[in-house]
Amino acid sequence: MEFLTYILHNSDRVFRLTIEHLELVGISIFAATVIGIPLGVAASRNTTLKRWSLAFANVAQTVPSLALFGFLIPATGIGARTAVIALALYALLPILQNTCVGIAGVDRSVIEAARGMGMTARQMLWQVELPLATGVILAGLRVAAVTSVGVATIAAAVGAGGLGTFIFQGLTMVNNNVILAGAVPAAILAILADAGFGWIERRLTAAFGIV
Amino acid sequence: MREEPAPVIELRRTGFRLSGGRALLSEINLSVGRGETLVLLGRSGSGKTTLLKLINRLLDPTDGEVLVEGRATAEWDAIQLRRRIGYVIQETGLFPHFTIERNVAVVPRLEGWPDDRIRSRVVEMMRLVGLPPEEFAHRRPHELSGGQRQRAGVARALAADPPVLLMDEPFGALDPETRLELQREFRSLSRSLGKTIVFVTHDVREALRVGSRIALLEEGRLVAVYSAREFKNASEPQIQRFIAAGSDGDGGFFTDSFEGE
Repeated sequence: MEFLTYILHNSDRVFRLTIEHLELVGISIFAATVIGIPLGVAASRNTTLKRWSLAFANVAQTVPSLALFGFLIPATGIGARTAVIALALYALLPILQNTCVGIAGVDRSVIEAARGMGMTARQMLWQVELPLATGVILAGLRVAAVTSVGVATIAAAVGAGGLGTFIFQGLTMVNNNVILAGAVPAAILAILADAGFGWIERRLTAAFGIV
Repeated sequence: MREEPAPVIELRRTGFRLSGGRALLSEINLSVGRGETLVLLGRSGSGKTTLLKLINRLLDPTDGEVLVEGRATAEWDAIQLRRRIGYVIQETGLFPHFTIERNVAVVPRLEGWPDDRIRSRVVEMMRLVGLPPEEFAHRRPHELSGGQRQRAGVARALAADPPVLLMDEPFGALDPETRLELQREFRSLSRSLGKTIVFVTHDVREALRVGSRIALLEEGRLVAVYSAREFKNASEPQIQRFIAAGSDGDGGFFTDSFEGE
């Protein structure tokens, strides 16, 4: 438990890098959500858009994370901006995909009844489709957030900071305590993100009465 | 000849073909008068649900036209038209995330009724269909039995007081006893409300119980239309086959229709 001593001695830096880490994840998940959910809604109405957007998100997801950072550096340079773009691209697939799946999964008879009663497309989206897809969409956000916390440790390699800074530093110094000072808080963040989104998911689905 | 009142729903040489060219309905001529319950009877695939969807413009006819209150559906704004037509389907299509109260209130809300009017109308409708609001208002659809859900579906369809009601095998998924009970109640309800109703079923007994007139569809064509009384004795072989199938192994066939009630 030597690394705990190390963390306590460097608590300011651990705290600062944790905040940096959360910023990287927070901004990229926000961007992926703001793009992914509307895109998913649009894609669930247009099969061509659905095919292309899912194909794109799939490719972005398939590229190894370090390679994705590498691809972006010539365009966006070293630093947090590159990291945020890469993380957002990474988070796009689960959010986009789950939005499509969630909306497609709404019971057909419910949709037919809604149309038959004279709901407009917009009313159906806000009153029926999105509320009923909420659980699935949030599950996608949860996966995106947890993955993002992990991938963000690599962001330090492109000079974006975050808890990965400790890990890379520890690797060069061959010092396990320094590595753990980054790895352990990152793991805890991932667990907290999972639990947090799980909680929101349960609360919201209960509020919408979905069983 | 006596002057006939203008029909509420009228189909004129109406046909519906899929984009591939296969005809689901062809050459349908049919009219439904104010306050009557017309049953569309036919086997699955005969086109009866398609016909129903042409009336509330969930589908547009590919041939001929469908008139509602004297106007072709193509000229109606689809949203306006649907809000004037109650729609009840077999699976009920109740919104699982809404309470029964909110489900019943959907169309009045869409129509922007004031809150207190919505509230009193919901109470009235729930009582009408036999779901006491004290007990059911705050339940969700999954907490109701099949029969209760179907009652809620009817209440929802009636909530905005539409002149026309379309019902697509509304009691098809219910057990025989509940079905009989709902058919009985529906019959007296439909008489007292004076709505124009088109009711789809594949069950000839149900057709005889609830309909004032019965139209038999076969493979997308209209075989014949008779009053419920005449239907049993109609000479068309297709009708005879249907009657025979309906009374199979059941001596109580005609005695359990609600005649004389």
